[in-house]
Amino acid sequence: MLKYLLKRFFWMIPLLVGISLISFMIMHLAPGDITSSEASFNPKASEESRQKLRELYSLDKPVIVQYSLWMKRMATLNFGTSFASHQRPVFWQTKDKDGNVTLGMIQEALPITLLINVLSLILIIAIALPLGVISALKQNQLADRVITLFVFIGFAIPGFWLALMLMYWTGVQHNWLPISGLQSLGHEHLHWLGKTLDTLKHLALPVFISAITGLAGIALFVRNGMLEVLHQDYITTARSKGLNEHRVIYGHALRNALLPLITIFGLSIPGLIGGSVIAESIFAIPGMGKLFYDAVLMRDFPVIMGILTIGALLTLIGNLVADVAYAWADPRVRRGVMQ
Amino acid sequence: MKHALRNPLALIGFSIIAGILLLALIAPLIAPYDPNAINVKAILLAPEANHWMGTDGLGRDVLSRMLYGGRISLLVGFVAVGIATLIGIVLGAVSGFYRGWVDTIIMRTVDVMLSIPTFFLILAVIAFLTPSIWNIMIVIGLTSWMGVTRLVRAEFLSLRNREFVLAAQALGAKDARLIFTHLLPNSLTPIIVSSILGIASAVLVESGLSFLGLGVQAPQASWGNILTDGKEYIQFAWWLSLFPGLAILLTVLGYNLLGDGLRDAYNPRSNQH
Repeated sequence: MLKYLLKRFFWMIPLLVGISLISFMIMHLAPGDITSSEASFNPKASEESRQKLRELYSLDKPVIVQYSLWMKRMATLNFGTSFASHQRPVFWQTKDKDGNVTLGMIQEALPITLLINVLSLILIIAIALPLGVISALKQNQLADRVITLFVFIGFAIPGFWLALMLMYWTGVQHNWLPISGLQSLGHEHLHWLGKTLDTLKHLALPVFISAITGLAGIALFVRNGMLEVLHQDYITTARSKGLNEHRVIYGHALRNALLPLITIFGLSIPGLIGGSVIAESIFAIPGMGKLFYDAVLMRDFPVIMGILTIGALLTLIGNLVADVAYAWADPRVRRGVMQ
Repeated sequence: MKHALRNPLALIGFSIIAGILLLALIAPLIAPYDPNAINVKAILLAPEANHWMGTDGLGRDVLSRMLYGGRISLLVGFVAVGIATLIGIVLGAVSGFYRGWVDTIIMRTVDVMLSIPTFFLILAVIAFLTPSIWNIMIVIGLTSWMGVTRLVRAEFLSLRNREFVLAAQALGAKDARLIFTHLLPNSLTPIIVSSILGIASAVLVESGLSFLGLGVQAPQASWGNILTDGKEYIQFAWWLSLFPGLAILLTVLGYNLLGDGLRDAYNPRSNQH
C-alpha cells in the first residue's frame, strides 16, 4: 500500500509541472505586457501597483527566468498581494513588523467553499443513491421513467436560473430564507446555536443549487452501476443459493455498484469548485468562487493566478484521495496495485 | 440517422432542436420588433398581446431579444464544439495511431487540462482577453477538447489491430489512407454523439458566462444576458427570468436527448439495461 501511495504521489509531479506551464501561458495571453494593456488592466491601478506587478512576475526578465520564478512561487504557494484589496496577501496570512496579522484572501474564502461542497456532496448522496437504486430495481416501470425524466431535466437545468427562481420564490415572495451573504444583521449577538442556525439558513439555497447540478449524473451512475452488477453471475449464484432478495441487493449488489462512485466523486471535484463561481456570486457568499469572479472583474491578476493554482491543487489532492480510497475499499484493486 | 430516430427519446430531442434552430434561422422574419430598439414608453410591460414575452427595463421586446439571442447561443455552441472536436480528432488520432512518446505527451496534457477546474480556466483566460462572442467560442473550444481526444484515441487503439485495418496495411496503404478511410469513418458515431452532448454543455457554459457579464456583451442579446437583466428586476418582472431560462433548459434537454438516443440506437449493448 505504501509503495502505491508513493508511486501515486510522484505521479502528481509531472501534472504539477504541466499546470504551472498552462497557468504561465495564460498569464502571457494578454497582448503585450499585462501591465500595459490598458484595455484589460484595472484602470484604477496606480503606476506603483503596475510596477509591483512587473516585479512580482519579473516581467523585465527573459521568459525562461520568469517561468522558473513562477514555478518557485507555485512551489512555495506565495502568490504575492492583491491589487484590488489594499495589498492583502493572496494565499496565507502575513505578519507586519508590529505583529499585526493580515489574513490571506484564499485562507478566508477556501473553508467556506469547502463547507458548501461537502454539504452538497452529502445532499447528493442522500438523494441520488436511493433514486438510482429504485430506478434500477424498477427498471422500465413508472418509477424508473419518472426518475429518468428528472435526471434529464437535472442535466439540462441551468444552475443560475434555478438559483434565481428559488431566490424569487423562497426569498422575495415568501421570505423564508435569506438570499444573500453568510450572516444576518446582528449575527454576532446570537448564541452559538443561533449563529449556527443562521449560517445554515444562509447556506441552504447555495448548497441546494450546488447539489442539484451534480445530482443527475450521480443518480444515473448509480442506476447503471446497479443494473450492470445485477446481471453478474455472482448475483445469480446468490439468488440460486436461496438468499432473500433483500440480502442479495443490499449485501451483494449495492456494495459493488457503489465502489466506482468513489472515483466519480474524485472526478467531480473540479466541476464543483468551478461551479462555485456562479452560485457564490448570485448569493453573495464570500467563498473562492466569488473571490475569483471579483478578481476577474477587477483584473486582479495575483488573485486570479493564486486561485487557479489552488483550484488545480485541490483537484489533484481530491483525485489522489479518491484513488487511494478506492484501492483501500476494493481488495481486487488493492491486490492489483500491490503487484 | 433514420434508424436512430426510431428511438422515441432521440426523436423528441431532434424535434426540439430542429424547432429551435428553425426559429433562430428565421428570427429576422418573425421577430415583431428590432431586438435592440429602446422604447421608454413601454418599460417592464408584463406579457400581453403586443409583447408576448413582455418588455425589459429599457422597453425592448423580450420575444425579439429571445429570438436573436437564440442565434447567438446556438452559434456559440456549434463553433465552440467544432473547435473542440477538431482538436480532439487530430490529437486523439495521432495519439491512438502512433502511440509511443507522442501518445504519452498528449495524454499527460489531457490529464493536466482536466485537473484545472474548467470554469476557472475559462474565466482566467477571459480575464486576460476582452470578452466578445468570438473569444468566448474560442475559449470554450480550447478548454473542452479533452473528452473527444480520449474517445478518438480509445477508438483508434481498438480499431488499429482489427483485421480489415491490418489487411489494408498489408496491401501497402499509407498512414493517411488508413486514418482517413478506415479508422476515422469507423469512429464517427461516438464522435458525433459526444459532439452533440458537447453542444449541450457549451450552451450552458456560454449562458453562464453571459449571465455573469463575461460573455456576450450588451446590447447584443443572448439568453444568458437577458437573465442578467432578469436578476436585476426579479422583484417586479418574472418574465425576464422565466423565458430565457426555459429556452436554455429546452435546448440543452433537446441536445442531451438526441445525443443519448443516438448512442442507444448505435450501441446495442446499452439497450440491454
